Amino acid sequence: MYGKGILKGLSVTWKRFWDTYTEDISWMVRGKKRYNTQEGIAHRSSKDTKGIFTVQYPEEQLIQPEEFRYVPFLVYDEGEEGKKEIRCTSCGICAKVCPPQCIWIVRTNDPSTGRPVPVPTNFYIDMDICMNCGFCAEYCPFDAIKMDHDFDIASYERNVYNLEKLLKPASYYNSIRPENAAREDEARRAKEALKAAKAEAKPAAAA
Amino acid sequence: MAAPASTQTVDLVARFPDSVSADARPGYTGFIVKKENLLEVATAIRDEFGYDLLTAVTGVDYIAENKMEVVYHAYKTTGGAGLTFKVQVDRVDPVEVPSVVGIWAGADFQEREAWDLLGIKFTGHPDLRRILMWEGYEGHPLRKDWKEPFFEEEAKPFKSRWPDGQHTFAENKNPFRDNLKFPEGFDPEAYQPENEDDLYASLERFRSKGENDRLKTDHIVVNMGPHHPSTHGVLRVAVTLDGETITGLKPVMGYLHRNHDKIGERNTYLQIIPYTDRLDYFNSMSNNFGYVTTIEKLMKIPVAERAEYIRVIMAELSRIQNHLIFIGMLMNDLGTMYTPSLYAFEERELVLDIFEAVSGARMMCNYFRFGGVVRDIPDFAMQKIKDLVFDRLPAKTDEMERFLNENEVLVARLKGIHVLNAEDAIKYSVTGPVLRAAGVPYDLRRAEPYSVYDRFDFDVAVRHNADMMDNYLIRFDEIRQSLRILEQAIKQIPEGPINSQKPAYQVRVPAGEAYGRIESPKGELGFYVVSNGKPNPYRYHVRPASFVNLQAVESMCIGAKIADFVALLAMFDIVMGELDR
Repeated sequence: MYGKGILKGLSVTWKRFWDTYTEDISWMVRGKKRYNTQEGIAHRSSKDTKGIFTVQYPEEQLIQPEEFRYVPFLVYDEGEEGKKEIRCTSCGICAKVCPPQCIWIVRTNDPSTGRPVPVPTNFYIDMDICMNCGFCAEYCPFDAIKMDHDFDIASYERNVYNLEKLLKPASYYNSIRPENAAREDEARRAKEALKAAKAEAKPAAAA
Repeated sequence: MAAPASTQTVDLVARFPDSVSADARPGYTGFIVKKENLLEVATAIRDEFGYDLLTAVTGVDYIAENKMEVVYHAYKTTGGAGLTFKVQVDRVDPVEVPSVVGIWAGADFQEREAWDLLGIKFTGHPDLRRILMWEGYEGHPLRKDWKEPFFEEEAKPFKSRWPDGQHTFAENKNPFRDNLKFPEGFDPEAYQPENEDDLYASLERFRSKGENDRLKTDHIVVNMGPHHPSTHGVLRVAVTLDGETITGLKPVMGYLHRNHDKIGERNTYLQIIPYTDRLDYFNSMSNNFGYVTTIEKLMKIPVAERAEYIRVIMAELSRIQNHLIFIGMLMNDLGTMYTPSLYAFEERELVLDIFEAVSGARMMCNYFRFGGVVRDIPDFAMQKIKDLVFDRLPAKTDEMERFLNENEVLVARLKGIHVLNAEDAIKYSVTGPVLRAAGVPYDLRRAEPYSVYDRFDFDVAVRHNADMMDNYLIRFDEIRQSLRILEQAIKQIPEGPINSQKPAYQVRVPAGEAYGRIESPKGELGFYVVSNGKPNPYRYHVRPASFVNLQAVESMCIGAKIADFVALLAMFDIVMGELDR
């Protein structure tokens, strides 16, 4: 029969159309909210999703996985009296590995000796050029530069971030990437313990 | 494991002792053919030795040796290792090499590209115009002595970034220095955009002379694009029409050209990986795969066992979403606005969720590294993959088929509209689903297995009618086969490290050359890389499937109706990021 295929296809559309409402009703019956809740969004992006699929940005936002990456930022540890202990040592690996070369680092030199001091005087990232590849965070040996989750950076000006604008506390980093942060902290502590053990062993050996 | 590419099964030197010599440079393979005998040797390679598919043609500028080299990679559609042969000429303009278009028509676009970007003149080429740059452009960008505007240094990392990196905007540096060239006698005030006589003249040769026409009509030239919603990006097609019938057609491209090859040559090996994401932006995982496979071949390093399986899982998920989008977009091209394509996008979104959880980005994944991948698949993402592969995707593929396949309007539009027969497809170096829908079971995962594809049990999808319907249905077949591979890969994936190498931001690549290729969802994706031992590749060339496949569009559409053109073009599943590079 001519038109059978079309009807068969339309039955799929028809089913999908009603799925939205049957889902809505089933959520209502269970006393749960399907829209504007984390649970609802998570369900809509799971394998069981049926009917309406869209997430109403910006009222609703997709759930970001931990590894989600947007432009980089610099991590500082909060010292005593709110002192910012910048993890960056201005070694320049991130500037060297950056594919579009959008990182500029000014290294600090000790004014009396002229020797480099392991802290950056300034740090620029041209966010308009940054391609969010994540290499800087991946290859930083000091866990000092990390990829952010905050993607709302549209502005009327050009986005060249300096050191001040790039710095974010370690607590923020821990909140967006808890698993990564825990793993890295542990590795760093192990490293420091090893160092301390070595330092202790040295005078003992000398004696 | 895949057979090493260096296995040369053919002894060309014995056949042509006077005109062919083996390439003896360390790290190089293949044969060097004398320029005078190229056509004779090439004919023998095709007819006597059976290398019917010429996949890649490109040039290398060896400026220190004052040589230009043209590199050809020929393969057999029955599978197996390829044959590499080269022609060397003095680097004195005009650099001339005989064209092999008469032997393999598939050399057409790639020779034009080599002329455009390297300035190698292919004598005897029927239509040697610039292809990516515009007619009237001065200079050949891939030559080693050519510098782009805003040129900073020969290679990254740039010295101005560290240790005293004061930020400057690129446009504040004067671009009008020795790196911007104008033609002799150029006056910017009097500049007129080039007329396109050459383009329209090239259309002439397909015009029917109207001898057999019942009604003599004028031929009309229609320019479709570059801003045409159905050309899948900024592709422009100049078409001559006789009534509704296409009598001549030329694709015009380069509107999205950014000279990916040159960018790659300025980058370090690692820095190229995120740029490959932007080639075929639907399948960044596949692009990564092709590139790292090539460099691993050059570095001769093993890949961690678990990483091989992760790579296969990612590449096959990528293929599934690509084919679903193809189906959806084809429906758009046929006039079914949005509903099927949005259904396809739902599954794609779910696949992209996995990519995001694994790599951090939905589209620009940048996930592969030399020797492995960046990070292991998190547990919840692995669960998502299992859910999709074992549960959702098979059901949704069935639903898609139920939704569309028997639709009478769709069948009327697709069935019996001829795309390409096997002979023409091979002649024009077409690879991928279009070739397989013409009855040639040529799939690199089988023909020359790379990674761990030889461990999986799957069939090469093939159909025999070579019409649009078969081209459409073969995507469903391939989705099913990909799901089969995925099921096995998920069951077999071993525990273990995900990279065989220590993480290093600079890798040592020994001098030599390598041509690596993978079966991307669109066809053969090849990378030709020449290393001279420095941190940056000496030559980096991409052989994209979309670009090479598009060569066949001209002969394929002559005689077709203009109304079918958009759908015929859709068969190649072109992506401009890859086509224009």
